[in-house]
Formats: sequence, structure tokens, C-alpha cells
Amino acid sequence: MTTAAAPLPAALAEIAQDLQAASTRGRLDLLLEFADDLPPLPPRYVDPAGTALLERVDECQSPLFLSVEVEPAAPRRVHLFFAAPPEAPTTRGFAGILHAGLDGLPADEVLAVPDDAPMRLGLAEAVSPLRLRGMVGMLARIKRQVRTKTAPAP
Amino acid sequence: MPVPPDPSPELAQYAHPERLVTTQWLAERLDEPGLVVAESDEDVLLYDTGHIPGAVRIDWHLDLNDPVSRDYVDGERFAHVLGSHGISRDTTVVLYGDKNNWWAAYALWVFSLFGHPDVRLLDGGRAAWVAEGRPLTRAAPSRPTVAYPVVERDDSGLRAFQADVLAHLGRPLVDVRSPGEYAGDLLHMPDYPQEGAIRGGHIPGALSVPWARAAAPDGRFKDRADLEAIYLQEVGLDPQDEVITYCRIGERSSHTWFVLAHLLGFSHVRNYDGSWTEWGNWVRVPIVRGTEPGGGRGRPR
Repeated sequence: MTTAAAPLPAALAEIAQDLQAASTRGRLDLLLEFADDLPPLPPRYVDPAGTALLERVDECQSPLFLSVEVEPAAPRRVHLFFAAPPEAPTTRGFAGILHAGLDGLPADEVLAVPDDAPMRLGLAEAVSPLRLRGMVGMLARIKRQVRTKTAPAP
Repeated sequence: MPVPPDPSPELAQYAHPERLVTTQWLAERLDEPGLVVAESDEDVLLYDTGHIPGAVRIDWHLDLNDPVSRDYVDGERFAHVLGSHGISRDTTVVLYGDKNNWWAAYALWVFSLFGHPDVRLLDGGRAAWVAEGRPLTRAAPSRPTVAYPVVERDDSGLRAFQADVLAHLGRPLVDVRSPGEYAGDLLHMPDYPQEGAIRGGHIPGALSVPWARAAAPDGRFKDRADLEAIYLQEVGLDPQDEVITYCRIGERSSHTWFVLAHLLGFSHVRNYDGSWTEWGNWVRVPIVRGTEPGGGRGRPR
């Protein structure tokens, strides 16, 4: 990298600081807290028709589904919805971090999140870089959905 | 001293029954001196959500993979990891984990590269233990560090490298990936990051037996007769064959390696951990696409 790293949004930067300040063991504990705190899906995503609205993230080792809603009015705030089973706590933890760090931000701020943000959370040592690719995949798909949903109608 | 094997009659059918234990046997021996239970999962946090009382965690990435080179840890690191979990060279280790023991079997294979004398799998893994309502705890185990000798890893008998596989073409290979991966129908969607290989398909002559076919619906291994129906009758392997198993990075194929070597008694089975992420990226090696083995090997007999 020759250029300075792009900044993270404030909430995500704070999470990154907390994680980096913790020991390897402490990082796993924090990740488990994010997994435990991941909000459940609202009812509109749960019935069979709602399930079809969710996008599967293939980069995750365990099944993870997500959906992105963008408010119609400026500043086009973004809302994130995730589903991952309890037996996939790492995947749930990644989703919890993205939810806590990005939910409610304006679309342009979500689109400005650097693609390598998951690699800058201090988690690689605790969970391994390979596993973090799942989180990179989640972020890429979130940004892709935001881009699609904020594109001007043709 | 090693703990005597589980004498349960349902294990006696296998070639090496001493490599498996039942949930009931283990439940009665959680405090047994000389026995350490170790959980090895795909998900690094699953252990923290609750594990078998007293069980330690062995993580396939963090504990068994070299952090830099694509290789397993060396003897010093292995000795450190095991010793810090209270495992000595004569400890009986019982491994279990999620996903039909997929990762536990991988850990068992790596333990075998170091020649750990007594390492076993919990038949049915984590799912069977949970389904029977047996206890889980979030309490960290307290196992004082012990001395584990520095043993040099011996890859010669159990591990195949790319040159070994090239030299092996024409002899039995088992591809344990999904049928879509075997045929080379991998879908690439634009803009989606994907871990994998530049080319799709399989190694010429490789027989397709998805790894999970060895597991019964409850996660335990199928009966020996059912396993023989698949690996011997259906695809035509012989226990005297030299066989190489592979998948994407060598984890799923460790499960099949266990089935062939320990349940069916094949004497020459190696796992190719480079697997498709190496072969499918390697320049100018032969690849077969589609559902036929190719490479001069006919359909299963």
C-alpha cells in the first residue's frame, strides 16, 4: 500500500479500537458478545416470502443471509438485516460488528467504507485471515446492494 | 498410560475400533486420568458457546497451521500447543467437533503426522453429544501445562504433495468435494470475491465420493457394510490399493482418509492437502471436466 488507509466510519473505528486494545483471548470474547447481540430478523424477513429477500453470502464458511434496506429520503440511511444460525457464532459475530458499525449510516458513508475494513479490526490473529474473508464478502455484498438500491432509475 | 479402548460392540465392526469412542463411553470418563478431550470446529467461537466439560480447544487455523507458509506447524510449535493443553505423548486424546467431525478428523490427521500414539474420534461429534442432551459448559478447563517432546513431523506415509499426485496418476484418487466442484461447474458471479482456483474440474481418474456420504443422518459413521458398499463395491477401491484423497484444502478429505484408513483398514492412504486450490491453480497439469473420472479410468464397476 502506498497511500494512507481510508478512514473507517466512527462507530466501526471505535469497535476496531476496542478489539485492538484487547488480548487475543479478549478479542474472541468481544466477538462472542457481538454474536450474542446480533438482532433477530424482523418478522417480514421470516416467513417464506421474506426469506427470498435475503442474499446468501457464499464467502462465509457457515450459512449467512443478509438484506439491505435504504431509506427513500435523504440522507438515504442504510439498515442491515442478518440471519445466521447459533452454531455459527463467528459468522454471527462478524455480522454483529457490521451491524453495530454500519447500521443507520447514510448510503454514501457505507459506500466509502474501505473494502479491507475487516482486515483492520485486529481479528486476523484471533480468528485467522481465511475466516475474515467471510466478513470481506459480507461487506462487499452490503455495498453492492446499497449501490443497486441507490442507483437512479433508468 | 493410554486409556483402554471403548469396547462398545457397535465399534467392533471397524478395522481399527480403538480409533473411535462412543458418547456414552466418553460421558463416563470425563475425569479419567490420562485422557484429554479436545474440540476442533470449523467455527473458532463455537467452543466458547459451550463445550464438553474439561475439553480443550484445538483450532485448525490457529494451532495446527503454520501462520506464514502454507504448511502445518513444526515439531516445536506442536509440542507447545499440546503441552499447554495438558497433553503429553502418552495421553489419550479424544477429538470431536462440528460438521460430522469434519475438522476433528482434520486435526486427527495432523496429530497422526506427528505420530501421536493414541488419538481417537468421538463418533457423531458435537452434534451427537448435544442431541443426547449431554452437558456442555462455558467454564474454561484447568489443565496444567505438561512437557510434550519435540517430535519431527513425518509426512511420508500419510501426506501427498503435488509431485506425488502427478506420479500417482493412473492409480486410485478419491475426490470428496461436491458433484458440482468435481464436474467443474463452479459459478463465478461478477464482483463477488471467491476463494478457489483458476480452473474447475478434477484430477484425471479421480473417483467422486462426496465426503459426507460416509456419515449417517445422526452424524455418526455409517456401518462398515454400508461404507464397503460405497467405497469397495460402488467405486471399486480395494483395501490393498494405494489411494490419495483430496478436496479443496485437505480438510474434508481428512474425513475420508479416516474412513478408509481406520474404519475400512486401507493400509496406504494419503491425503493431498494441497488439493484443488493447488491443482486447479497449477500451470499445465492435466484436468478433467464433467462427471466422468477420465484419465483412462472407467466408470465405477
